[in-house]
Amino acid sequence: MASLTIEKVSKSFGQVKVLKDISLEIQAGEFLVLVGPSGCGKSTLLNLIAGLETITSGNIYIDGKVVNRVSPRDRDIAMVFQTYALYPNMNVRKNISFGLEMRKVPREEIDRIVKQVSGILQIQELLNRKPSQLSGGQRQRVAMGRALARNPSIFLFDEPLSNLDAKLRVEMRTEIKLLHQRLGVTTVYVTHDQVEAMTLADRIAIMKDGIIQQFDTPRGVYRDPVNSFVAGFIGSPAMNFIPCKVREMGGEQGVVLRTEDERDFSLPVPPEAGPLGEWVGREVLMGLRPEFISDSIPDLEDNSRAHEIQCPVKVVEPTGADTLLFVNLNGREVTCRVHPDRAESPGKDMKLVIDMSRAFFFNPETGERIRD
Amino acid sequence: MSDQGYVVTPKTPGIVAGRIFIYGLLVLAGVYFLLPFLVMVLTSLKSMEDIRTGTLISLPRQITLEPWREAWGSACIGVQCEGIRGYFMNSVRMVIPAVIISTMLGAVNGYVFSKWRFKGSEIIFSLLLIGCFIPFQVILLPMAITLGRFGLAQSLTGLVMVHIVYGLAFTTLFFRNFYVAVPDDLVRAARIDGAGFFTIFWRIILPLSAPIIVVTVIWQTTQIWNDFLFGVVFTGGETQPVTVALNNLVNTSTGVKEYNVDMAAAIIAGAPTLMVYIVAGRYFLRGLTAGAVKG
Repeated sequence: MASLTIEKVSKSFGQVKVLKDISLEIQAGEFLVLVGPSGCGKSTLLNLIAGLETITSGNIYIDGKVVNRVSPRDRDIAMVFQTYALYPNMNVRKNISFGLEMRKVPREEIDRIVKQVSGILQIQELLNRKPSQLSGGQRQRVAMGRALARNPSIFLFDEPLSNLDAKLRVEMRTEIKLLHQRLGVTTVYVTHDQVEAMTLADRIAIMKDGIIQQFDTPRGVYRDPVNSFVAGFIGSPAMNFIPCKVREMGGEQGVVLRTEDERDFSLPVPPEAGPLGEWVGREVLMGLRPEFISDSIPDLEDNSRAHEIQCPVKVVEPTGADTLLFVNLNGREVTCRVHPDRAESPGKDMKLVIDMSRAFFFNPETGERIRD
Repeated sequence: MSDQGYVVTPKTPGIVAGRIFIYGLLVLAGVYFLLPFLVMVLTSLKSMEDIRTGTLISLPRQITLEPWREAWGSACIGVQCEGIRGYFMNSVRMVIPAVIISTMLGAVNGYVFSKWRFKGSEIIFSLLLIGCFIPFQVILLPMAITLGRFGLAQSLTGLVMVHIVYGLAFTTLFFRNFYVAVPDDLVRAARIDGAGFFTIFWRIILPLSAPIIVVTVIWQTTQIWNDFLFGVVFTGGETQPVTVALNNLVNTSTGVKEYNVDMAAAIIAGAPTLMVYIVAGRYFLRGLTAGAVKG
């Protein structure tokens, strides 16, 4: 186990700046997820931590020691690749023991570790098979076994689940989480899937264009996003962004939502949702998660922030536990999450409740959150 | 390689006629290409008497192996009458080291150009590729001077060197293109596991290379065995390869032109490359396409 500190790290490939001034810090034993759309630089950052690429400027510390010029083999890390990268000419046992062999671990010790690791991952019966004789899930396990065997101080995962089918992906996700809880090894995990990020992480770093947008706990990035990119990236289905004009409404600020059939609803904005005093008369972007536009809000009676609107339903998408409705507000398609029994059919009018205390407001030009 | 699906076509008269036409054409082409070889084999088994009285494709009245014995052991090449045996062995002694060394160097080169790229490696690779397009004739004179400076003129070692250098462009190209399809993550994983440059090559990369090694070995063996120009220019007398000796054998006239001996010698000279194709031809096609299609 080791702590990891990344200090003002930049990386350029020729003229292209891939990472710009990245700073991060995690404690020993923490699970860090780097998440972002493809091309945001998250895999490059992982490769820098692994030592597979050299940094252009800045410092990386593992356990307090600068490792900028330390080779991958001496960084005491292990990595699981998206393509698994199992050695095709070696059987599972050899794949797991190769790293130990390279480090001149004695024979008996290797046998003991292989036995232990294959027990943890339940791959004992596969030890004599070649990678080509394994299924995707089994290969994934072997790749993890290879990393485990080395007992590293940091685990690196590069989109390890993206080649698996949906069901297996969820299973392996839980397994990785269990493994981390059991072994407590510091982990850096790269993914483009925000659900994976939310479920696994102690801390999430959301990246875009080589810059960390927000570095926070899963709850923090969900409850308190710093800008419209983070707000839109985290959460499924994604947050709705509705352009609205801010108006003065009896001492408070409020916004107006217009439905497709041209009915207007005025919604006062509670002060905790956003200080909009300076924005009166100007347009802002209101962010509302689908779960806060629903058929009812728990504790509706005491919730003075809940407001009702009526609007025609355009599309209905049942997902089982919830039903998603699509309506049109201020000219935008808006997703609402309602109870399956209360969903109206398309074309009909439906009463929806909006929890304005959970609304976010963003500067429409910069995407920055409007906050104190 | 994935399984080929079969498309079942109904057997209408039109399709049957089309098939007959296609196969007929193929058989015709096959005969056309095999005919010269058949003439060679038939002629080599005839006595001179037989050749004079028969036609080109008439069967031998009596099969004789005497021309083969003569070509191998006692035919006159220039003033020496010891057959092509010695020259055949020259070719063997030249081909084996030249093929092994050029293939090994090509493998390491390809490994570097695909998995350990460095600043300017693409330029060096492009320059190396120019070697594939340089005609033999262009380098004859500078190469002769170079060999002379090294004291390798007119020697088999010199000829081996020439073939290694000349083959490097091709072998590097083959291996590099093959290794490009090998996932980079394998090398990264091995580096994190603690393996170095040559360990990764020996333990991970080379064991995957069987198809491309077969291709390269066949290609190089054929090229080097069949080469005439380098052989005739850079060697002399005792050290000549079999291709040059064959030419000299045919051109050495001692009165009568012994077509049967010439033909037998030609078949002997061509046999090794033919054998390589027959034995490893299947792998040749497989290896050529292995780099192109992933998985």
